[in-house]
Amino acid sequence: MSVAKPLPHDAAALHVTGSARYVDDVPTPADTLHLAFGVSEIACGTIQSMTLDAVRAAPEVVAVLTAADLPFENDVSPSNHDEPLLATDRIHYAGQPLFLVVATSHHAARHAARLGEVTAHVDEPILTVDEALAADSRFEDGPRVYTRGDVEEALRSAPHVFSGQIDIGGQEHFYLEGQAALALPQEGGDMVVLSSTQHPTEIQHKVAEALGLPMHAVRVETRRMGGGFGGKESQGNALAVASAVAAAQTGRPCKMRYDRDDDMIITGKRHDFRIRYRVGCDADGRLQGIDFTHLVRCGWAQDLSLPVADRAMLHADNAYFLPAVRITSHRLKTNTQSATAFRGFGGPQGMLGIERVMDHIATKLSLDPLAVRAANFYGVQGGKTTPYGQDVDDFILPQMLDHLRATSDFEARQTAVANWNAAHQTLKKGLALTPVKFGISFTLTHLNQAGALVHVYQDGSVHLNHGGTEMGQGLFQKVAQVAATRFGIDPSRVKITATDTGKVPNTSATAASSGSDLNGMAVQAACDTIRERMADLLAREHQCHVADVVFREGEVLVASARYSFEEVAQKCYLARISLSATGFYKTPKVAWDRIKGEGRPFFYFAYGVAATEVVIDTLTGENRILRADILHDAGASLNPGLDIGQIEGGYVQGAGWLTMEELVWDEKGRLRTHAPSTYKIPSFSDRPEIFNVSLWDAPNAEETVYRSKAVGEPPFMLGISAFSALSQAVQACGSQYADLQAPATAEEVLAAVNRARGAA
Amino acid sequence: MNISFRLNGETIALSNVAATTTLLDWLRDTKGLKGTKEGCNEGDCGACTVMVTDETGAMALNACILFLPQLNGKAVRTVEGIAAPDGSLHPVQQTMISEHGSQCGFCTPGFIVSMATAHLNGVRDHDTQLAGNLCRCTGYAPILRAAQAAEDAPVPDHMSDTPPARAAVMPGNWVQPRSADDLADWYTAHPEGTLVGGATDVGLWVTKGFRDLGAVAFLADCADLRKINVTDDHVEIGAAATVTALLEAMKPLHPSFAAMLTRYGSVQVRNAATIGGNIANGSPIGDGAPALIALGATLHLRKGEKRRALPLEKFFLSYGKQDRTPGEFVEKISIPRKPDRLKCYKLSKRFDQDISAVCGCLSIEVTDDIVTDARLVFGGMAGTPSRAPQAEAALKGASWSESTIAAAARALANDFTPLSDMRASASYRMETAQNMLRRYWLEDNQASLSLAEVRP
Repeated sequence: MSVAKPLPHDAAALHVTGSARYVDDVPTPADTLHLAFGVSEIACGTIQSMTLDAVRAAPEVVAVLTAADLPFENDVSPSNHDEPLLATDRIHYAGQPLFLVVATSHHAARHAARLGEVTAHVDEPILTVDEALAADSRFEDGPRVYTRGDVEEALRSAPHVFSGQIDIGGQEHFYLEGQAALALPQEGGDMVVLSSTQHPTEIQHKVAEALGLPMHAVRVETRRMGGGFGGKESQGNALAVASAVAAAQTGRPCKMRYDRDDDMIITGKRHDFRIRYRVGCDADGRLQGIDFTHLVRCGWAQDLSLPVADRAMLHADNAYFLPAVRITSHRLKTNTQSATAFRGFGGPQGMLGIERVMDHIATKLSLDPLAVRAANFYGVQGGKTTPYGQDVDDFILPQMLDHLRATSDFEARQTAVANWNAAHQTLKKGLALTPVKFGISFTLTHLNQAGALVHVYQDGSVHLNHGGTEMGQGLFQKVAQVAATRFGIDPSRVKITATDTGKVPNTSATAASSGSDLNGMAVQAACDTIRERMADLLAREHQCHVADVVFREGEVLVASARYSFEEVAQKCYLARISLSATGFYKTPKVAWDRIKGEGRPFFYFAYGVAATEVVIDTLTGENRILRADILHDAGASLNPGLDIGQIEGGYVQGAGWLTMEELVWDEKGRLRTHAPSTYKIPSFSDRPEIFNVSLWDAPNAEETVYRSKAVGEPPFMLGISAFSALSQAVQACGSQYADLQAPATAEEVLAAVNRARGAA
Repeated sequence: MNISFRLNGETIALSNVAATTTLLDWLRDTKGLKGTKEGCNEGDCGACTVMVTDETGAMALNACILFLPQLNGKAVRTVEGIAAPDGSLHPVQQTMISEHGSQCGFCTPGFIVSMATAHLNGVRDHDTQLAGNLCRCTGYAPILRAAQAAEDAPVPDHMSDTPPARAAVMPGNWVQPRSADDLADWYTAHPEGTLVGGATDVGLWVTKGFRDLGAVAFLADCADLRKINVTDDHVEIGAAATVTALLEAMKPLHPSFAAMLTRYGSVQVRNAATIGGNIANGSPIGDGAPALIALGATLHLRKGEKRRALPLEKFFLSYGKQDRTPGEFVEKISIPRKPDRLKCYKLSKRFDQDISAVCGCLSIEVTDDIVTDARLVFGGMAGTPSRAPQAEAALKGASWSESTIAAAARALANDFTPLSDMRASASYRMETAQNMLRRYWLEDNQASLSLAEVRP
């Protein structure tokens, strides 16, 4: 049985030899054209004129398109039809595509795109959440509010009441492969698009709209992405649509890939948040009431901001029972890149809000931060219902916490850190342990469906296809392991094929950590259909029950007979039995009213705990992660090797978000950190020097594929433990509340040290 | 305009080579070798790493900012040439598979080449060797395990390249002078031409700025300009010496400078970048100049046969403006040999491969508890790398004490009016620059305060 084996990524041998193909690596026809956008330099205004003569006259330029040249829909929004591919009159952010250059080479297109002369009436941009609130610039009519209980009364009656605020920075995805698409025009106006996307069906839909075609005329294929992290859920639409429109107009293949700076300037990032809170608690730090306000900077277009902001609200509790709670979420519209999906999808921001509150309570009441957390866990005071009404039935965090405390030697190290801090003036340490409870399912219920297509050929080899996309997470390998296990064959006999809208239609984005849950089940259903047909034939032949036909180790056992899997395939073919099947799956039990904030948005929760030790330099604020210990719940893991990879990578990405990764816009709304020279993701030596990662290997209480759990997003939030450890370290510098903000860059850490010392 | 080099063992001869075609574009677009990836096109991510062998050995370089002429007479190995000709995988390829070292796979070719180059060279300081390769998926832990697991495997035979003879360069719009004299002649004749050392800066003028470089001279073949001579009273550093070579030379003489240079760019960048380029481009945030000024460096400029020398700090006139006339080039930098009192403090958002927000290089000489000399030099605090005259004055002649340091720190506030930008605010720059003085004092009086040396 190949399920549960730590097999390498299915493409690992291709990766290490450089033979894994990404969109830009696919051989193109000789007449392929290349595209680049001319973009806005200003953040807000109205176009008065665009003089593009120099662009048209530039070497190798074949065509230059503006909004007026687009034949049908001028829209690449995934949600609200508010995102023109090319600006019509209004300019909404610095970096907005204004015109499209079509040239015979990538460099020629990029170069020519800089030659446009655009004059515009410049308006004062709305850049910050304060400016947006003041201008009532927002999505939806007003704030969304979820409440339970009488918060004001709870705050009035609580022994300790205080308030605070945390600014939480955004994050650039920095997938190593930039956005890319290649459109290949077909006969009769049809279009084939190769896209680096997490959502081929969305690409198909937007391309069809833009070409005025039914969806059946557009086929989208995605073999793999060089990283996605949510940044390719909707942000690839513009490139695919531009390529398809240009291909339709010129009749030639068209390819577009963003240069790194263009990618960072044009595309959306993680939403930055400001979270305000008022907290009431008892002397032991147990929450009695909490009032959260989320100020969400959504950027200029709606994109996926509403469900992102919803998910932040749904994770405002993290692992803690909130007896009386109000969460008010303002989705603010600003003249900046349209913030988009990013691993955790708002969950990390919501979760950091309550984790900050835990640390604030501990500081305020001089309590141990971990004791405050444990005292507020679901179930401790009896409460096990989330603010949105879903019960937390399978709450394994107390056991996981105990386990990690022991394996990480937490108490002894807490003492050692305290001793270090007593003995050292310049370098201070911090140690923190934080939990993660993350809800699994798309909150938009209808997205929780998936399809698969499986063929068994006469030689017993298997062709596998499903709606999920591969971005490095190992989805294809996990799903192939499921298929191999259903047929009792070696995974090497299963061919994993590119995601293709012509094979499996109407798919959801590979997002919300749902890839293996949904597609694994759909593949299982398709395989089982074929297996049952095979078993049925053999059972009839051997006069036994279907249930007595056993598929294992490449063989099929029935009565006293023993066939190879290929013999069975051959027998089915000769008996005129179909060896091809589709499979379909929809997640059970979920139902959610996002307006009321009530229901069961999640099929289940995934859990994790992380303990991080850091050291800071109080002369500069520089800091380092010394050690991280993680215990993470992946259910009964489909592939422990791949799951540990998600956890290690998620942790470092999460820690990067809260430490060195800082997005900076200038006063005119121009992004100043638009290349790896200025935007710093963690590099090799930034991983924890000691990095212990284990799986909590217990079956999911819900019936998921082989009782596994989703693992894409939840480990990202384990990085919050690094931020909490930094909070402890700065707090060790003085008696005042250090009030560390995120990201905790060296500069922010030094500022917090000064605040702790009362020197701010 | 001809070049000859070896590519994965095959000899390549090209004619009519443009000065500014990058190796990455040529590999991908002309040669059809798509394994080498473009991640950033500016030398910051390492996805395009290739191995280049010249007479000094094998080194990792970024192909995105490596111009084809720079390869003349060298051997290149791309990810396609790391497995043996019979297809059997290199040890680092095997361990990257078995240790789950790749996820999305896009950075993997660059990692493989960096790892295979380090493996060939027998170096095992993986944190340093792999600092120039970014990965967004794995968190690096499995890549480290893979690098360690391959350490003891023998180097496959095919990895040892021998560079071919260089092609004679025909006259055209780029040249490869073989000596400083050749260069002096050419530059006198082409004073508006562009000098390219390692192209780690000029490369971006092309890939990001679309600049036409005009006539180009590539300096890497000027053997005399690459030399570093350590004599009894001076260290003479040729302008075309790479940062890697400078780093090695500084290790025994000025270890703090050497330690800072291990954070200068990445292995790939240091192997290409030249110290002359780092100075001549006049950047206020280059890390070379502050340290060299603190060491009392003299800059030696040459135009034709005319040479002149000036204290390095005098070269930087104002932001973007240096004391250099058209046709004049940096020939060498010399520093006097004296007891090492230099401490270099590089402050950046990320420890490795990041441009300094502030770079403080401080050398304070103390005799009998009296400060006899002080050279306090900062990058990132002004439009040029600059000394801090008032803070230096506060130190000189004073007793070597905490109160003297405090006075110097106060004086520093009058030396600089730093700017706020995406790297740091003005106030943070000033506060940390002042704290660098305090750190110097603390480190002079007790054990190291280096964050990097703290163990869990």
